[in-house]
Amino acid sequence: MYNLNDNLQENSKRAENNPQEKYSGMGQAGQGGQTGQRDQGGRRVYMDNSATTPQDYRVTEAMTAFMTETYGNPSSIHQFGRVARTAVEKARGQAAELIGATPAEIVFLSGGTEANNLAIQGVANARANKGRHLITTAVEHHAVLDVMTQLSKKGFELTVLPVDSEGLVNLADVQAAFRPDTILISVMHANNEIGSIQPIAEIGTLARERGVLFHVDAVQSLSKLPISVIDMNIDLLSVSGHKIYGPKGVGALYIRKGVKILPMAYGGGQERNIRPGTENVAGIVGFGEACRLAAEGLGGVFAIERLRDKLLNGIVESIPDVIVNGPLGDLRLCNNVNVCIKFIEGESLLLSLDMQGIAASSGSACTSGSLDPSHVLMAIGLPHEIAHGSLRLTLGKQTTEEDVDYVLEKLPPIVERLRAMSPLCDCEASQL
Amino acid sequence: MYSEKVIDHFNNPRNVGDLADANGVGQVGNAKCGDIMKISLRVEGDVIQDIKFKTFGCGAAVATSSMVTEMVKGKTVQEALAVTNKAVAEALGGLPGEKLHCSNLAADAVHAALNDYAEKKGN
Ligand SMILES: Cc1ncc(COP(=O)(O)O)c(C=O)c1O
Repeated sequence: MYNLNDNLQENSKRAENNPQEKYSGMGQAGQGGQTGQRDQGGRRVYMDNSATTPQDYRVTEAMTAFMTETYGNPSSIHQFGRVARTAVEKARGQAAELIGATPAEIVFLSGGTEANNLAIQGVANARANKGRHLITTAVEHHAVLDVMTQLSKKGFELTVLPVDSEGLVNLADVQAAFRPDTILISVMHANNEIGSIQPIAEIGTLARERGVLFHVDAVQSLSKLPISVIDMNIDLLSVSGHKIYGPKGVGALYIRKGVKILPMAYGGGQERNIRPGTENVAGIVGFGEACRLAAEGLGGVFAIERLRDKLLNGIVESIPDVIVNGPLGDLRLCNNVNVCIKFIEGESLLLSLDMQGIAASSGSACTSGSLDPSHVLMAIGLPHEIAHGSLRLTLGKQTTEEDVDYVLEKLPPIVERLRAMSPLCDCEASQL
Repeated sequence: MYSEKVIDHFNNPRNVGDLADANGVGQVGNAKCGDIMKISLRVEGDVIQDIKFKTFGCGAAVATSSMVTEMVKGKTVQEALAVTNKAVAEALGGLPGEKLHCSNLAADAVHAALNDYAEKKGN
Protein backbone atom coordinates (compact mmCIF):
# COMPACT_ATOMS: atom_id res chain seq x y z
CA MET A 1 0.00 0.00 0.00
CA TYR A 2 2.58 2.56 1.02
CA ASN A 3 5.71 2.76 -0.98
CA LEU A 4 8.25 2.81 1.76
CA ASN A 5 10.93 1.98 -0.73
CA ASP A 6 10.84 5.49 -2.05
CA ASN A 7 12.43 6.57 1.13
CA LEU A 8 14.93 3.86 1.71
CA GLN A 9 17.67 5.30 -0.40
CA GLU A 10 17.17 8.61 1.25
CA ASN A 11 17.19 6.92 4.63
CA SER A 12 20.29 5.03 3.76
CA LYS A 13 22.11 8.22 2.87
CA ARG A 14 20.98 9.98 6.00
CA ALA A 15 21.77 6.98 8.14
CA GLU A 16 25.44 7.23 7.23
CA ASN A 17 25.82 10.33 9.31
CA ASN A 18 23.22 9.55 11.91
CA PRO A 19 24.13 6.62 14.14
CA GLN A 20 20.70 6.57 15.77
CA GLU A 21 19.08 5.92 12.42
CA LYS A 22 21.76 3.51 11.41
CA TYR A 23 20.88 1.49 14.47
CA SER A 24 17.18 1.56 13.90
CA GLY A 25 17.92 1.09 10.26
CA MET A 26 14.55 2.21 9.11
CA GLY A 27 14.98 5.92 9.09
CA GLN A 28 11.74 7.54 10.02
CA ALA A 29 9.30 5.62 7.91
CA GLY A 30 6.47 6.51 10.23
CA GLN A 31 7.25 10.17 10.50
CA GLY A 32 5.74 11.83 7.51
CA GLY A 33 6.85 15.20 8.70
CA GLN A 34 10.51 14.38 8.47
CA THR A 35 10.76 12.26 5.38
CA GLY A 36 8.34 14.06 3.16
CA GLN A 37 6.01 11.06 3.34
CA ARG A 38 2.97 13.23 3.50
CA ASP A 39 -0.49 12.23 2.53
CA GLN A 40 -2.48 15.34 1.78
CA GLY A 41 -0.32 17.20 4.26
CA GLY A 42 -0.82 14.54 6.92
CA ARG A 43 1.27 12.02 8.69
CA ARG A 44 1.67 8.42 7.59
CA VAL A 45 1.86 5.70 10.17
CA TYR A 46 2.41 2.11 9.11
CA MET A 47 0.86 -0.20 11.71
CA ASP A 48 0.62 -3.32 9.57
CA ASN A 49 4.01 -4.91 10.15
CA SER A 50 2.52 -8.39 10.47
CA ALA A 51 1.32 -8.08 6.88
CA THR A 52 4.77 -7.09 5.76
CA THR A 53 7.68 -4.98 6.96
CA PRO A 54 9.60 -2.23 5.21
CA GLN A 55 12.88 -3.58 3.89
CA ASP A 56 15.87 -2.53 5.97
CA TYR A 57 18.25 -0.38 3.93
CA ARG A 58 21.13 -2.69 4.87
CA VAL A 59 19.24 -5.56 3.25
CA THR A 60 18.80 -3.51 0.10
CA GLU A 61 22.49 -2.66 0.09
CA ALA A 62 23.47 -6.31 0.49
CA MET A 63 21.21 -7.29 -2.41
CA THR A 64 22.12 -4.60 -4.89
CA ALA A 65 25.26 -6.23 -6.27
CA PHE A 66 23.32 -9.41 -6.99
CA MET A 67 20.78 -7.54 -9.04
CA THR A 68 23.48 -5.79 -11.05
CA GLU A 69 27.06 -6.88 -11.72
CA THR A 70 27.08 -10.16 -9.81
CA TYR A 71 24.71 -12.20 -11.87
CA GLY A 72 26.23 -15.67 -11.99
CA ASN A 73 24.25 -18.87 -11.54
CA PRO A 74 25.29 -20.53 -8.26
CA SER A 75 25.42 -23.91 -10.03
CA SER A 76 28.00 -22.76 -12.58
CA ILE A 77 31.57 -23.77 -11.96
CA HIS A 78 33.17 -20.60 -13.33
CA GLN A 79 34.07 -17.60 -11.27
CA PHE A 80 30.74 -15.85 -11.84
CA GLY A 81 28.95 -18.87 -10.48
CA ARG A 82 31.30 -19.34 -7.57
CA VAL A 83 30.72 -15.79 -6.33
CA ALA A 84 26.97 -16.38 -6.36
CA ARG A 85 27.40 -19.77 -4.64
CA THR A 86 29.48 -18.22 -1.89
CA ALA A 87 26.83 -15.57 -1.32
CA VAL A 88 24.01 -18.15 -1.13
CA GLU A 89 25.98 -20.28 1.32
CA LYS A 90 26.78 -17.28 3.48
CA ALA A 91 23.06 -16.51 3.67
CA ARG A 92 22.37 -20.15 4.56
CA GLY A 93 24.72 -19.79 7.49
CA GLN A 94 23.02 -16.59 8.60
CA ALA A 95 19.57 -18.17 8.47
CA ALA A 96 20.75 -21.30 10.26
CA GLU A 97 22.37 -19.32 13.04
CA LEU A 98 19.20 -17.39 13.84
CA ILE A 99 17.29 -20.58 14.65
CA GLY A 100 20.11 -22.72 16.04
CA ALA A 101 20.34 -25.03 13.04
CA THR A 102 23.22 -26.11 10.82
CA PRO A 103 23.46 -24.64 7.29
CA ALA A 104 22.83 -28.02 5.65
CA GLU A 105 19.39 -28.10 7.27
CA ILE A 106 18.19 -24.92 5.52
CA VAL A 107 16.31 -25.02 2.20
CA PHE A 108 15.66 -21.69 0.51
CA LEU A 109 12.34 -21.19 -1.24
CA SER A 110 9.79 -18.50 -2.04
CA GLY A 111 8.41 -17.71 1.41
CA GLY A 112 6.19 -18.81 4.24
CA THR A 113 3.43 -20.22 2.07
CA GLU A 114 5.74 -22.47 0.12
CA ALA A 115 7.62 -23.51 3.26
CA ASN A 116 4.38 -24.61 4.94
CA ASN A 117 3.21 -26.42 1.82
CA LEU A 118 6.51 -28.22 1.31
CA ALA A 119 6.79 -29.20 4.96
CA ILE A 120 3.28 -30.60 5.27
CA GLN A 121 2.83 -32.13 1.85
CA GLY A 122 6.43 -33.30 1.86
CA VAL A 123 5.97 -35.21 5.12
CA ALA A 124 2.53 -36.51 4.18
CA ASN A 125 3.84 -37.88 0.89
CA ALA A 126 6.98 -39.34 2.43
CA ARG A 127 5.24 -40.97 5.39
CA ALA A 128 1.86 -42.01 4.00
CA ASN A 129 2.84 -45.64 4.40
CA LYS A 130 3.64 -45.11 8.09
CA GLY A 131 0.34 -43.44 8.96
CA ARG A 132 -2.28 -41.06 7.72
CA HIS A 133 -3.18 -38.95 10.71
CA LEU A 134 -2.27 -35.25 10.89
CA ILE A 135 -2.75 -32.75 13.74
CA THR A 136 -2.94 -28.98 13.58
CA THR A 137 -4.74 -26.11 15.34
CA ALA A 138 -7.78 -24.01 14.52
CA VAL A 139 -5.78 -20.77 14.40
CA GLU A 140 -3.10 -21.62 11.84
CA HIS A 141 -2.45 -19.44 8.82
CA HIS A 142 -4.35 -20.54 5.70
CA ALA A 143 -1.03 -21.70 4.26
CA VAL A 144 -1.18 -24.50 6.85
CA LEU A 145 -4.91 -25.02 7.35
CA ASP A 146 -5.80 -25.17 3.68
CA VAL A 147 -2.98 -27.63 2.95
CA MET A 148 -4.24 -29.84 5.76
CA THR A 149 -7.82 -29.61 4.50
CA GLN A 150 -6.65 -30.53 1.04
CA LEU A 151 -4.82 -33.59 2.39
CA SER A 152 -7.90 -34.61 4.36
CA LYS A 153 -9.70 -34.90 1.03
CA LYS A 154 -6.98 -37.23 -0.24
CA GLY A 155 -7.18 -39.95 2.37
CA PHE A 156 -5.48 -38.31 5.34
CA GLU A 157 -7.29 -37.86 8.64
CA LEU A 158 -7.09 -34.53 10.33
CA THR A 159 -7.46 -33.43 13.94
CA VAL A 160 -7.84 -29.68 14.35
CA LEU A 161 -7.10 -28.71 17.94
CA PRO A 162 -9.35 -26.06 19.45
CA VAL A 163 -7.93 -23.03 21.25
CA ASP A 164 -9.05 -21.21 24.38
CA SER A 165 -10.44 -17.67 24.45
CA GLU A 166 -6.88 -16.31 24.20
CA GLY A 167 -6.04 -18.39 21.16
CA LEU A 168 -3.83 -20.88 23.00
CA VAL A 169 -3.85 -24.65 22.59
CA ASN A 170 -4.16 -26.82 25.64
CA LEU A 171 -1.36 -29.35 26.16
CA ALA A 172 -3.80 -31.98 27.40
CA ASP A 173 -5.68 -31.66 24.09
CA VAL A 174 -2.41 -32.03 22.20
CA GLN A 175 -1.53 -35.12 24.19
CA ALA A 176 -4.95 -36.65 23.65
CA ALA A 177 -4.83 -36.04 19.90
CA PHE A 178 -1.84 -38.30 19.20
CA ARG A 179 -2.68 -41.67 17.70
CA PRO A 180 -0.47 -44.59 16.72
CA ASP A 181 -0.87 -43.52 13.08
CA THR A 182 -0.09 -39.81 13.63
CA ILE A 183 2.75 -38.75 11.35
CA LEU A 184 2.83 -34.97 11.75
CA ILE A 185 1.73 -32.20 14.06
CA SER A 186 1.89 -28.60 12.84
CA VAL A 187 1.52 -25.72 15.30
CA MET A 188 2.39 -22.09 14.67
CA HIS A 189 4.78 -20.35 17.03
CA ALA A 190 3.00 -16.97 17.19
CA ASN A 191 -0.37 -16.15 15.68
CA ASN A 192 -0.42 -13.55 12.93
CA GLU A 193 -3.76 -12.06 13.95
CA ILE A 194 -3.93 -12.01 17.72
CA GLY A 195 -0.30 -12.67 18.66
CA SER A 196 -0.83 -15.75 20.87
CA ILE A 197 2.43 -17.59 21.52
CA GLN A 198 1.94 -21.34 21.65
CA PRO A 199 3.82 -23.72 24.02
CA ILE A 200 6.14 -24.88 21.25
CA ALA A 201 8.85 -26.48 23.41
CA GLU A 202 6.29 -28.52 25.35
CA ILE A 203 4.57 -29.71 22.19
CA GLY A 204 7.98 -30.52 20.73
CA THR A 205 8.73 -32.81 23.64
CA LEU A 206 5.38 -34.59 23.32
CA ALA A 207 5.84 -35.11 19.59
CA ARG A 208 9.45 -36.31 19.83
CA GLU A 209 8.55 -38.83 22.58
CA ARG A 210 6.06 -40.36 20.15
CA GLY A 211 8.18 -40.21 17.04
CA VAL A 212 5.75 -37.78 15.41
CA LEU A 213 7.30 -35.08 13.22
CA PHE A 214 6.77 -31.52 14.47
CA HIS A 215 6.36 -28.62 12.04
CA VAL A 216 6.28 -25.02 13.25
CA ASP A 217 5.18 -21.99 11.26
CA ALA A 218 7.51 -19.37 12.72
CA VAL A 219 6.83 -16.71 10.09
CA GLN A 220 5.56 -14.22 12.68
CA SER A 221 7.83 -15.08 15.58
CA LEU A 222 11.16 -15.01 13.75
CA SER A 223 13.08 -11.89 14.80
CA LYS A 224 10.70 -11.32 17.71
CA LEU A 225 11.17 -14.46 19.82
CA PRO A 226 14.21 -16.62 20.38
CA ILE A 227 13.98 -19.87 18.45
CA SER A 228 16.09 -22.96 18.98
CA VAL A 229 15.09 -25.87 16.79
CA ILE A 230 17.20 -28.16 19.01
CA ASP A 231 15.84 -27.10 22.40
CA MET A 232 12.29 -26.99 21.09
CA ASN A 233 12.51 -30.41 19.38
CA ILE A 234 11.36 -28.96 16.07
CA ASP A 235 11.71 -31.09 12.92
CA LEU A 236 10.54 -28.56 10.34
CA LEU A 237 10.30 -24.77 10.64
CA SER A 238 8.92 -22.22 8.16
CA VAL A 239 10.24 -18.67 7.94
CA SER A 240 9.76 -15.78 5.53
CA GLY A 241 11.89 -12.79 4.53
CA HIS A 242 9.35 -10.02 4.23
CA LYS A 243 8.17 -10.24 7.84
CA ILE A 244 11.67 -9.55 9.16
CA TYR A 245 12.58 -6.43 7.15
CA GLY A 246 13.86 -8.59 4.31
CA PRO A 247 12.65 -9.02 0.73
CA LYS A 248 9.33 -10.46 -0.38
CA GLY A 249 9.18 -13.76 -2.22
CA VAL A 250 11.96 -15.50 -0.31
CA GLY A 251 12.04 -17.64 2.80
CA ALA A 252 13.32 -20.91 4.13
CA LEU A 253 12.31 -24.27 5.47
CA TYR A 254 14.43 -25.84 8.17
CA ILE A 255 14.44 -29.63 7.81
CA ARG A 256 16.16 -31.43 10.65
CA LYS A 257 19.01 -33.67 9.56
CA GLY A 258 17.69 -37.16 8.93
CA VAL A 259 14.08 -36.10 8.32
CA LYS A 260 12.95 -37.24 4.88
CA ILE A 261 10.38 -35.31 2.91
CA LEU A 262 9.36 -35.53 -0.72
CA PRO A 263 9.70 -32.49 -2.98
CA MET A 264 6.71 -30.81 -4.60
CA ALA A 265 8.62 -29.96 -7.77
CA TYR A 266 11.27 -31.84 -9.73
CA GLY A 267 14.08 -30.36 -11.74
CA GLY A 268 17.73 -29.42 -11.67
CA GLY A 269 18.69 -30.67 -8.24
CA GLN A 270 19.20 -27.37 -6.46
CA GLU A 271 18.60 -27.13 -2.70
CA ARG A 272 19.44 -30.79 -2.24
CA ASN A 273 16.75 -31.79 -4.73
CA ILE A 274 14.11 -30.74 -2.23
CA ARG A 275 13.45 -27.43 -3.93
CA PRO A 276 14.97 -27.43 -7.41
CA GLY A 277 15.18 -24.33 -9.57
CA THR A 278 17.90 -21.72 -10.02
CA GLU A 279 18.23 -19.85 -6.75
CA ASN A 280 16.80 -16.38 -6.18
CA VAL A 281 20.29 -15.18 -5.34
CA ALA A 282 19.54 -11.53 -4.58
CA GLY A 283 16.50 -12.50 -2.49
CA ILE A 284 18.45 -15.15 -0.60
CA VAL A 285 21.28 -12.71 0.10
CA GLY A 286 18.73 -10.18 1.37
CA PHE A 287 17.06 -12.80 3.50
CA GLY A 288 20.41 -13.81 4.98
CA GLU A 289 21.22 -10.22 5.83
CA ALA A 290 17.76 -9.78 7.38
CA CYS A 291 18.45 -12.87 9.52
CA ARG A 292 21.80 -11.45 10.59
CA LEU A 293 20.18 -8.16 11.55
CA ALA A 294 17.42 -10.01 13.39
CA ALA A 295 19.94 -11.97 15.45
CA GLU A 296 21.65 -8.71 16.28
CA GLY A 297 18.43 -6.91 17.09
CA LEU A 298 16.55 -9.44 19.24
CA GLY A 299 17.10 -7.19 22.26
CA GLY A 300 15.19 -4.42 20.50
CA VAL A 301 11.89 -6.20 21.01
CA PHE A 302 11.54 -4.64 24.46
CA ALA A 303 11.30 -1.19 22.91
CA ILE A 304 8.54 -2.41 20.58
CA GLU A 305 6.77 -4.08 23.48
CA ARG A 306 6.76 -0.87 25.50
CA LEU A 307 5.20 1.07 22.62
CA ARG A 308 2.74 -1.76 22.03
CA ASP A 309 1.61 -1.62 25.66
CA LYS A 310 1.20 2.13 25.45
CA LEU A 311 -0.95 1.73 22.34
CA LEU A 312 -3.04 -1.13 23.71
CA ASN A 313 -3.62 0.50 27.08
CA GLY A 314 -4.32 3.83 25.43
CA ILE A 315 -7.02 2.31 23.22
CA VAL A 316 -8.68 0.45 26.09
CA GLU A 317 -8.63 3.55 28.27
CA SER A 318 -9.92 6.03 25.71
CA ILE A 319 -12.60 3.96 23.93
CA PRO A 320 -15.52 2.31 25.73
CA ASP A 321 -16.76 -1.17 24.75
CA VAL A 322 -13.49 -2.53 23.46
CA ILE A 323 -12.49 -6.19 23.77
CA VAL A 324 -8.83 -7.19 23.66
CA ASN A 325 -8.21 -10.29 21.54
CA GLY A 326 -5.35 -12.61 22.44
CA PRO A 327 -3.42 -12.99 25.67
CA LEU A 328 -1.90 -10.18 27.72
CA GLY A 329 1.65 -10.37 29.01
CA ASP A 330 4.36 -12.85 28.11
CA LEU A 331 2.20 -15.00 25.86
CA ARG A 332 1.49 -12.13 23.45
CA LEU A 333 3.80 -11.35 20.55
CA CYS A 334 5.66 -8.10 21.25
CA ASN A 335 4.31 -6.11 18.31
CA ASN A 336 0.64 -7.13 18.28
CA VAL A 337 -2.45 -5.13 19.18
CA ASN A 338 -5.79 -6.69 18.31
CA VAL A 339 -9.08 -5.39 19.63
CA CYS A 340 -12.73 -5.62 18.75
CA ILE A 341 -14.45 -2.27 18.79
CA LYS A 342 -18.09 -3.03 19.41
CA PHE A 343 -20.92 -1.68 17.22
CA ILE A 344 -18.73 -0.84 14.24
CA GLU A 345 -17.40 -2.79 11.29
CA GLY A 346 -13.72 -3.33 10.56
CA GLU A 347 -13.52 -2.26 6.95
CA SER A 348 -15.09 1.13 7.55
CA LEU A 349 -12.67 1.53 10.42
CA LEU A 350 -9.72 0.74 8.14
CA LEU A 351 -10.96 3.16 5.50
CA SER A 352 -11.30 5.92 8.06
CA LEU A 353 -7.85 5.23 9.48
CA ASP A 354 -6.38 5.17 5.98
CA MET A 355 -7.77 8.65 5.36
CA GLN A 356 -5.70 9.77 8.33
CA GLY A 357 -2.62 8.03 6.93
CA ILE A 358 -2.80 5.10 9.36
CA ALA A 359 -2.33 1.63 7.85
CA ALA A 360 -3.96 -1.18 9.82
CA SER A 361 -5.84 -4.41 9.18
CA SER A 362 -8.95 -6.24 10.32
CA GLY A 363 -10.40 -9.72 10.49
CA SER A 364 -13.85 -8.59 9.39
CA ALA A 365 -15.61 -10.49 6.62
CA CYS A 366 -15.15 -7.58 4.24
CA THR A 367 -11.41 -7.78 4.63
CA SER A 368 -11.11 -11.56 4.79
CA GLY A 369 -12.58 -11.82 1.32
CA SER A 370 -15.31 -14.19 2.45
CA LEU A 371 -18.65 -13.79 4.14
CA ASP A 372 -17.29 -14.86 7.51
CA PRO A 373 -14.95 -13.00 9.80
CA SER A 374 -11.48 -14.47 10.32
CA HIS A 375 -11.30 -18.10 11.42
CA VAL A 376 -9.00 -17.06 14.26
CA LEU A 377 -11.59 -14.72 15.78
CA MET A 378 -14.22 -17.43 15.35
CA ALA A 379 -11.93 -19.99 17.00
CA ILE A 380 -11.53 -17.87 20.13
CA GLY A 381 -15.30 -17.85 20.41
CA LEU A 382 -16.24 -14.32 19.37
CA PRO A 383 -19.76 -13.80 18.03
CA HIS A 384 -19.90 -12.69 14.39
CA GLU A 385 -21.05 -9.13 15.04
CA ILE A 386 -18.16 -8.53 17.42
CA ALA A 387 -15.57 -10.20 15.21
CA HIS A 388 -16.63 -7.91 12.36
CA GLY A 389 -15.32 -4.99 14.41
CA SER A 390 -11.78 -6.27 14.82
CA LEU A 391 -8.77 -4.02 14.40
CA ARG A 392 -5.18 -5.22 14.20
CA LEU A 393 -2.32 -2.78 14.68
CA THR A 394 1.13 -4.32 14.40
CA LEU A 395 4.24 -2.36 15.26
CA GLY A 396 7.70 -2.63 13.78
CA LYS A 397 11.22 -1.60 14.69
CA GLN A 398 10.65 1.67 12.82
CA THR A 399 7.59 2.55 14.94
CA THR A 400 8.08 5.64 17.07
CA GLU A 401 6.41 7.02 20.16
CA GLU A 402 4.98 9.79 17.95
CA ASP A 403 3.37 7.14 15.73
CA VAL A 404 1.65 5.62 18.74
CA ASP A 405 0.53 9.02 20.01
CA TYR A 406 -0.84 9.85 16.57
CA VAL A 407 -2.95 6.67 16.45
CA LEU A 408 -4.20 7.31 19.98
CA GLU A 409 -5.19 10.81 18.92
CA LYS A 410 -6.97 9.81 15.69
CA LEU A 411 -8.68 6.55 16.61
CA PRO A 412 -11.19 7.67 19.29
CA PRO A 413 -12.92 10.33 17.14
CA ILE A 414 -13.11 7.88 14.22
CA VAL A 415 -14.78 5.30 16.44
CA GLU A 416 -17.15 7.93 17.77
CA ARG A 417 -18.12 8.98 14.26
CA LEU A 418 -18.77 5.42 13.09
CA ARG A 419 -20.69 4.56 16.24
CA ALA A 420 -22.91 7.59 15.76
CA MET A 421 -23.78 6.05 12.39
CA SER A 422 -24.38 2.55 13.72
CA PRO A 423 -27.87 1.16 14.30
CA LEU A 424 -26.35 -1.27 16.83
CA CYS A 425 -25.28 1.55 19.01
CA ASP A 426 -28.57 3.21 19.98
CA CYS A 427 -28.27 1.85 23.47
CA GLU A 428 -24.94 3.53 23.86
CA ALA A 429 -25.98 6.90 22.50
CA SER A 430 -25.54 8.53 25.89
CA GLN A 431 -21.86 7.60 25.87
CA LEU A 432 -21.13 9.32 22.61
CA MET B 1 -10.84 -0.16 -4.99
CA TYR B 2 -13.69 2.26 -4.21
CA SER B 3 -14.76 5.04 -6.58
CA GLU B 4 -14.34 8.66 -5.56
CA LYS B 5 -18.08 8.95 -5.11
CA VAL B 6 -18.16 6.03 -2.70
CA ILE B 7 -15.36 7.56 -0.68
CA ASP B 8 -17.14 10.92 -0.69
CA HIS B 9 -20.37 9.40 0.61
CA PHE B 10 -18.41 7.39 3.16
CA ASN B 11 -16.57 10.45 4.41
CA ASN B 12 -19.50 12.85 4.26
CA PRO B 13 -22.55 10.68 4.62
CA ARG B 14 -25.83 12.48 3.90
CA ASN B 15 -28.84 12.14 6.17
CA VAL B 16 -27.34 10.16 9.03
CA GLY B 17 -29.45 9.46 12.09
CA ASP B 18 -32.87 8.42 13.28
CA LEU B 19 -35.85 10.46 12.16
CA ALA B 20 -37.76 11.43 15.31
CA ASP B 21 -41.13 11.81 13.57
CA ALA B 22 -40.77 8.91 11.14
CA ASN B 23 -43.89 7.13 9.93
CA GLY B 24 -41.97 4.31 8.26
CA VAL B 25 -38.95 2.39 9.57
CA GLY B 26 -37.15 -0.51 7.90
CA GLN B 27 -34.09 -2.56 8.70
CA VAL B 28 -32.33 -5.11 6.54
CA GLY B 29 -29.24 -7.29 6.83
CA ASN B 30 -27.91 -8.87 9.99
CA ALA B 31 -24.90 -8.56 12.20
CA LYS B 32 -23.78 -12.06 11.36
CA CYS B 33 -22.97 -11.13 7.78
CA GLY B 34 -21.64 -7.77 8.84
CA ASP B 35 -24.14 -5.34 7.34
CA ILE B 36 -27.20 -3.77 8.93
CA MET B 37 -29.03 -0.84 7.36
CA LYS B 38 -31.82 1.01 9.06
CA ILE B 39 -33.92 3.60 7.27
CA SER B 40 -36.43 5.90 8.92
CA LEU B 41 -38.57 8.14 6.74
CA ARG B 42 -41.59 10.40 6.82
CA VAL B 43 -44.10 10.23 4.00
CA GLU B 44 -46.55 13.09 3.57
CA GLY B 45 -49.08 13.19 0.75
CA ASP B 46 -47.33 10.25 -0.98
CA VAL B 47 -43.98 12.05 -1.04
CA ILE B 48 -40.91 11.15 1.04
CA GLN B 49 -40.43 14.42 2.89
CA ASP B 50 -37.50 13.36 5.02
CA ILE B 51 -35.29 10.30 5.40
CA LYS B 52 -32.38 9.23 7.59
CA PHE B 53 -30.18 6.17 7.81
CA LYS B 54 -28.02 4.32 10.28
CA THR B 55 -25.66 1.65 9.04
CA PHE B 56 -23.33 -0.93 10.52
CA GLY B 57 -21.09 -2.19 7.76
CA CYS B 58 -18.24 -1.62 5.39
CA GLY B 59 -17.50 1.44 3.28
CA ALA B 60 -19.84 0.28 0.54
CA ALA B 61 -22.65 -0.27 3.02
CA VAL B 62 -22.33 3.25 4.38
CA ALA B 63 -22.00 4.84 0.94
CA THR B 64 -24.99 3.03 -0.57
CA SER B 65 -27.11 3.99 2.44
CA SER B 66 -26.13 7.60 2.11
CA MET B 67 -26.68 7.58 -1.65
CA VAL B 68 -30.12 6.02 -1.50
CA THR B 69 -31.36 8.67 0.91
CA GLU B 70 -30.35 11.33 -1.61
CA MET B 71 -31.97 9.41 -4.45
CA VAL B 72 -35.39 9.03 -2.86
CA LYS B 73 -35.76 12.17 -0.80
CA GLY B 74 -38.56 14.29 -2.29
CA LYS B 75 -39.67 11.40 -4.51
CA THR B 76 -43.08 9.74 -4.50
CA VAL B 77 -43.51 6.33 -2.90
CA GLN B 78 -43.92 4.76 -6.35
CA GLU B 79 -40.72 6.38 -7.61
CA ALA B 80 -38.81 5.25 -4.51
CA LEU B 81 -40.08 1.68 -4.86
CA ALA B 82 -38.66 1.66 -8.38
CA VAL B 83 -35.14 2.43 -7.15
CA THR B 84 -33.09 -0.78 -7.13
CA ASN B 85 -29.90 -1.78 -5.36
CA LYS B 86 -28.29 -1.90 -8.78
CA ALA B 87 -29.32 1.70 -9.51
CA VAL B 88 -27.77 2.81 -6.22
CA ALA B 89 -24.50 1.09 -7.05
CA GLU B 90 -24.52 2.68 -10.49
CA ALA B 91 -25.19 6.13 -9.06
CA LEU B 92 -22.05 5.66 -6.98
CA GLY B 93 -19.99 4.93 -10.07
CA GLY B 94 -20.03 1.19 -9.41
CA LEU B 95 -18.92 -1.01 -6.53
CA PRO B 96 -16.17 -3.64 -6.35
CA GLY B 97 -17.61 -6.96 -7.56
CA GLU B 98 -17.69 -8.76 -4.22
CA LYS B 99 -19.57 -5.84 -2.65
CA LEU B 100 -22.45 -6.07 -5.08
CA HIS B 101 -23.70 -9.10 -3.19
CA CYS B 102 -23.07 -8.41 0.47
CA SER B 103 -23.24 -4.69 1.05
CA ASN B 104 -25.63 -3.42 -1.56
CA LEU B 105 -28.91 -3.50 0.36
CA ALA B 106 -29.76 0.16 0.70
CA ALA B 107 -32.72 0.15 -1.69
CA ASP B 108 -34.07 -2.92 0.13
CA ALA B 109 -33.93 -0.93 3.37
CA VAL B 110 -35.91 1.91 1.81
CA HIS B 111 -38.47 -0.56 0.47
CA ALA B 112 -38.76 -2.12 3.93
CA ALA B 113 -39.40 1.30 5.45
CA LEU B 114 -42.03 2.05 2.79
CA ASN B 115 -43.73 -1.28 3.48
CA ASP B 116 -43.77 -0.41 7.15
CA TYR B 117 -45.36 2.91 6.27
CA ALA B 118 -47.97 1.22 4.08
CA GLU B 119 -48.81 -1.28 6.79
CA LYS B 120 -49.22 1.39 9.42
CA LYS B 121 -51.36 3.44 7.08
CA GLY B 122 -53.50 0.42 6.26
CA ASN B 123 -54.38 -0.09 9.92
C1 LIG C 1 1.82 -17.13 10.22
C2 LIG C 1 2.06 -16.96 8.76
N1 LIG C 1 2.38 -18.03 8.01
C3 LIG C 1 2.62 -17.92 6.69
C4 LIG C 1 2.54 -16.71 6.03
C5 LIG C 1 2.80 -16.65 4.55
O1 LIG C 1 4.07 -16.17 4.30
P1 LIG C 1 4.47 -15.61 2.84
O2 LIG C 1 3.74 -14.32 2.68
O3 LIG C 1 5.94 -15.43 2.91
O4 LIG C 1 4.06 -16.63 1.86
C6 LIG C 1 2.22 -15.57 6.78
C7 LIG C 1 2.12 -14.25 6.11
O5 LIG C 1 1.05 -13.70 5.94
C8 LIG C 1 1.97 -15.71 8.17
O6 LIG C 1 1.64 -14.64 8.90
